[in-house]
Formats: sequence, C-alpha cells, structure tokens
Amino acid sequence: MSAPDLAAMGPNLGSATDKALRELKFRDPARAKALVEGLNKTVNEIGREKVAVMHVCGSHEQAIARFGLRSSFPKGLDVIMGPGCPVCITDVPEVDEGVQLARQGVRIATYGDMLKVPGTVKSLAQAQAEGAKVDVVYSVAQAVQLARATKEELCFFATGFETTAVATAAEILAGVPANFSVLSAHKYIPPVMEIVTEMPHSRVEGFLAAGHAASITGWGVFEEFAERHKKPVVVAGFEPLDILAALLQLVELIRDGKHTVLNAFPRAVSKEGNLKAQGTLWKVFRPLGGRWRGIAHVPNGNLRLRDEYAHLDARRRFKIDLQQLWDYAPAQLSQQCVCGDIMAGMTKPTDCALYGKQCTPEAPVGACMVSSEGACRIWQQYGGHPDLSEVR
Amino acid sequence: MCLGVPGKVLEVDGLSATVDFFGVRKVVRLDVCDEPVKPGDYVLNHVGFAIHRIPDTEIAATLQLFDQILADAGPQDLMAADVRGEIQAGEAANVRS
Repeated sequence: MSAPDLAAMGPNLGSATDKALRELKFRDPARAKALVEGLNKTVNEIGREKVAVMHVCGSHEQAIARFGLRSSFPKGLDVIMGPGCPVCITDVPEVDEGVQLARQGVRIATYGDMLKVPGTVKSLAQAQAEGAKVDVVYSVAQAVQLARATKEELCFFATGFETTAVATAAEILAGVPANFSVLSAHKYIPPVMEIVTEMPHSRVEGFLAAGHAASITGWGVFEEFAERHKKPVVVAGFEPLDILAALLQLVELIRDGKHTVLNAFPRAVSKEGNLKAQGTLWKVFRPLGGRWRGIAHVPNGNLRLRDEYAHLDARRRFKIDLQQLWDYAPAQLSQQCVCGDIMAGMTKPTDCALYGKQCTPEAPVGACMVSSEGACRIWQQYGGHPDLSEVR
Repeated sequence: MCLGVPGKVLEVDGLSATVDFFGVRKVVRLDVCDEPVKPGDYVLNHVGFAIHRIPDTEIAATLQLFDQILADAGPQDLMAADVRGEIQAGEAANVRS
C-alpha cells in the first residue's frame, strides 16, 4: 500500500488537515478528502459554535487517536468519548468483590486490564502481591480450563459489554465444572446512552454506536432510543474512513433535525443483529440496574446471572464480606479522579489535575488510565493531547 | 476489546474451527456465530468465539485495517495489543504436518 500523495491533490484543505490525511495512509485519499470536506461544509451549515457528538467505544477512541483523526475534524465539531470502556465503568464495589473473594481464598481469573483497576482499598494486582491467587486470561474458556485443572474454587471475574458477555454465556451453556463460578460485572450499553443523554449539562446531539457490539444487538436496538430522545444514532466501523463516513452521516442528520438510526457499517451489522448470540446472552443473563463507576445508577445497565444459573453465581455461592475491606479503607488520591465525568463526556482527560502527573499508565490512579480502552490511557499513549483543532 | 479480530477458517470440527490469524493458528468456538461457516470463510472473532461470518465481498476491506495496525505497530501500540490479545484468546491449535 503506497501512501497517498494528498499534497498533489490541491491546496483546498488546511495544511494541518493535509498532514493528518497523509499520516493516515488512507487507502482512498480522494474519498477521505471528500468526507473531510463534507464534514466541514455540514458543520458550517449547522452554523453554531460547537456541535457535540459522542461515541461509546474504546476502539473508536483508539482509532481516532492512533490515526490522528481529530486534527482532520472541523473546529466546530467535538467528538467526545462516552462510557465505552468496560473496565473503566466497572464500579468500585465490584472490584472490591473480586478483591475480597481473592482474599477469602477463592482463585480469581480475569481479563488483564482488570488487574490494576483500583477498588476502595486495593486492586486485584495488590491483592495478588499479598498472596491472593489471581490469573489473567484472554478468554472465559481459558478460565474454565484453569478450573478443570484444579480442585480449588475458581471464579471468573467477568467484565465487558454485551459482545463479551455473549462468550461468558456460551461457555456456561456448554457446561462448566462444579468448582467454577462467575462474578459478573458485565454491562449493557444501550441503557447508559439514555442516562448520558439525560444528564443536565449534556451537550451530546448524536451518537456513534460501536460497530461490533451492534453486530450482536443489531442496529434496530437504537431506534426506540433515537425516537424517545430525538437524537440520531449512526453505527460506525473502526477504520479511519468508516469513522469519517459515519460522522458525516451523523452531522447531516443533526443539520436536518432528523433523529433516525443509520447503519454506516453494513459489512458487519444488520438490523436484527446476531440472533443466535442474543438468544445465548439472554438465556443466561438478565438486565439489572446498578451503578457504573463515576457515572450514575443505570437502570438495566448490569448483566447478572439468571436464577437458573444461581449455582454458578459467585455472589450467591460465597458470602463476600465487603465490610471487612471497607473497615480499613484509607483516603486515596482516587477521590480526586474525574474518570466518571470524562466517561459522561462532561470533561476531558487534560482537565484533570492528576492527569500525566500523579496519574500515569505506569502508576494509574483511576480506571480511565488503567485500561487500554480508557480515554486517559489512550491520550497518554498517542501523544497526550491529540485534539489538534486547538492548535491549528 | 471492541475491535475483535478476523481470521480464515481452515477446518471445522462441530462447534469448533481452526482459524488462521495472520499466520497464527488457533481454535475458536462457533457456538454463537451468526451463520454456518466452512473452510475458506473468514470470521470475526472476540474472546475466543467467532461472532460473525464476513461476507466474501467484505473480506479485503475488513482485513486492511488489521494489516495496517499490525504492520505499523510499535510494542506499545494499544490497538495492536488488543488484536494480539484477541488472537491469544483462541485455543492452541495442533499444527498438522
């Protein structure tokens, strides 16, 4: 793939945009340029100071930051990362449950990003350093294998959105050994979009929905939301071109005052979604209200095991004595962490007093700096402050 | 983790498939794949499960992003690390002679 020579295509775009597009190595520079011009034109036509849209996916923020996409966005367009990082929104008491179970002698298996996420008193990594048994796995199947290889109780601390919860559910339906249990911190994205939209100072005028989560749920799941809140939703893929194309459709809907749902990622997403996966998900899990870290109580936002699988539910199999942890909770820097406001789209990582100072990827204070899908971690990784629109 | 990873199906055995991920062979589960798959098909995978059969006409477009991420990536790159983690999620495949 040769890098497109955008400079040779004419000086219509600002030099910062030209440079960004060159760095993007777009396969189709003419299309990229047309999309960026379309975005500029449409945001101009809207004619307001700032148009704000939100995406709800860590992979979208990674792609936007990694490919330097923000520098090609119009000045008048804010693309905000919402609560799209499953590790970040795992609530403090949920981490405490995992830590306390580990302290009580239950072996914990979990995804790697969870290790350093702070609880009230400590993280799983700190519990591990003190002798608790904590294993990192890449899949729920690996956790089941660990359980099969031992007689001790093994609990899979399950995090992630619906896409990941489907795997947990499928593994449970396939059959697990008697010493295996699940501590579910799985979350369901559609309800939190309602909460973020209804926040008193929310500026969000439309949403980019995450392509692969939508491949499970289907894009139809957003129709009721769009109608009820009069906000458009566009399902987006993960390539720079996919994201630009979806953003253009979204700002066109905002300009036209429409609140429909469009699918800009038809190669992976259908209206009804993956019915087999949905069947598996809802057979094992039920939606339940609960807190998302730093955001709010989200009605139907948590996925918990149904009563038929109560025997696999760590919360029902064990007495998790959180009081024992909380009795010794020291004051923490994390009380200054604004991760929740960042995930609600109310503030930026760079507005946090701890960002890049007391809070770094090596020594994270808050969950947004821990996870590879957290906004703070992504901004640190890809240049600290990728919103080049401010320096243009 | 939202990104998943595409791979080419080499062999199907009931509810499992051996899949080639950019040269790495792994066994993934087919329990929740949206459509039946056969050798030669491409599937999108997440945490060890195939979730979507990629239509033939969309394979090239789907692979390009991943080719670019893996080709450009330094050791610290978050997207490449996520993709490698997704590949690690498959079970080790017995390499056939």
